[in-house]
Amino acid sequence: MYADKVRDILTQHGRLSSPVDQLQDTSDLYNAGLTSLATVGLMLALEEQFNIEFPDNMLSRKTFASIEFIVDAVQKLVDK
Amino acid sequence: MQPSRQQSVATEDFSRLLDRVHEIGRGVVLASARDVDRDARFPSEGIGALKGLKLLSAYVPAELGGMGLDVIQIAKICEVLGQYDGSVAMIYAMHQIQVACMVHHGLGSSYFRSYLQELILQQRLIASATTEVGTGGDLRSSVCAIEIREGRFQLVKKAPVISYGAYADDIMATCRRSAGAPASDQVMVLARKDSYTLEPISGWDTLGFRGTCSSGFVLTASGSAEQVLPIPFAEILSQTMHPYSHIVWGSLWLGIATDAVNHARGFVREEARRNPSIPPTSSLRLAEVSSVLQGMRNNIAVAVTDYRRMLADGQQDMFSSFGFAIRTNNLKLASSTLIVDIVSRALLICGISGYRNDSKFSLCRHLRDAYGAALMVNNDRIMNHNATMLLTQREG
Ligand SMILES: Cc1cc2nc3c(=O)[nH]c(=O)nc-3n(C[C@H](O)[C@H](O)[C@H](O)COP(=O)(O)OP(=O)(O)OC[C@H]3O[C@@H](n4cnc5c(N)ncnc54)[C@H](O)[C@@H]3O)c2cc1C
Repeated sequence: MYADKVRDILTQHGRLSSPVDQLQDTSDLYNAGLTSLATVGLMLALEEQFNIEFPDNMLSRKTFASIEFIVDAVQKLVDK
Repeated sequence: MQPSRQQSVATEDFSRLLDRVHEIGRGVVLASARDVDRDARFPSEGIGALKGLKLLSAYVPAELGGMGLDVIQIAKICEVLGQYDGSVAMIYAMHQIQVACMVHHGLGSSYFRSYLQELILQQRLIASATTEVGTGGDLRSSVCAIEIREGRFQLVKKAPVISYGAYADDIMATCRRSAGAPASDQVMVLARKDSYTLEPISGWDTLGFRGTCSSGFVLTASGSAEQVLPIPFAEILSQTMHPYSHIVWGSLWLGIATDAVNHARGFVREEARRNPSIPPTSSLRLAEVSSVLQGMRNNIAVAVTDYRRMLADGQQDMFSSFGFAIRTNNLKLASSTLIVDIVSRALLICGISGYRNDSKFSLCRHLRDAYGAALMVNNDRIMNHNATMLLTQREG
């Protein structure tokens, strides 16, 4: 249920080289041009949108590797 | 990345090796430093002497026949060389960064294992083409793309700065993974001299590090697809190139700063001898700069010890954490700023003797080299990255 919002945020802050609507939920975002610096903006926007806070141990390359992974992470933090 | 054994050579053997490096430093490197700097020429005698000691393969693990030094020991050699000539030290340091990329990320490939053995036998000098026309100092994006077809690659890269490019035996270059890949999806390829050409696009008549001969070229290379390091450049950068560069650069800058302070000490001692009963005013300044130098030295020592431990642990996640990247950047920001500060303080102590090109206390080359440190990946660019990454940090 978070996937649409995550996609909106990715469009605005992901600085990807391919359009987000052409990506699958499982596509590798780093292959689509995501850089580790861009994940910072992504993280901040997700925190604001969902009123969550990413703990240090979730700030790894893996957390932001695909839309599916991001949605999982958001879900986990919202449920906390 | 495999946990790297980080075997180190026994302290006693290493200190004997360092004595030899000092000998070469005094006898060969320093002897030609003035000339190298004035003419902006390649320090072939200094690099030749390092090859003679097999130091170009010093970081290659003993299992492949290399010397098997660890990163702390390599950093120490860079520091010692920096005391004699910043350009020779810079060339040595940049070569070691390329070797480390292969040692950390290529040992699983039979191509790179046999290349490293060739390196030991032939003492090949390896240059680096990361900076590109169009992206400037942004390491994490490439314009050029490698093309791989039927096991062969082709690459054309417009590189505005390739240190000792014309004198290198091989060149490591970054590029996009394929023609369709985004700018940030990069790989690193080893281009071999017998299958690349360099077309000059700019010279190297600069303020400092003149002996690095860092001219610009269009690099046109081809070869076997095996020459591409098997993991994404993003990982090579975070695990090796980024920390290793700032450690070896910081170490050689420390060597330059140390030599400047040695000049200042020599000058103060001569002054003191003239009037032994009253310490000269400059001795206070010497006391001051010596404490700044110690701070620089300690900062680097902590960073290199931490990095060595991380390599031995081989924990992937630690390398890609923002905290580690921020600390590495802070090391670079501090050392590149401190080198200018320390050499300037030493100049104030030596006065006009330091300002002269032809005095034994001359600090002209030191100061000109020192100003390059902040530009090798521009400090403002680095600070911008830290400004962004710090937003993720909760504490510390
Ligand atoms: C002695 C020496 C040897 C070198 N050897 C090599 C070598 O062998 N191989 C190699 O590949 N490179 C080499 N370099 C290049 C070097 O490492 C830098 O990448 C290069 O000097 C950066 O060039 P720049 O100053 O034009 O670009 P930039 O880093 O782009 O800086 C230019 C300006 O842009 C500003 N800026 C800051 N942040 C940003 C940002 N986020 N985006 C855009 N602009 C920003 C900077 O503040 C600065 O004012 C060498 C440099 C030196 C000094």
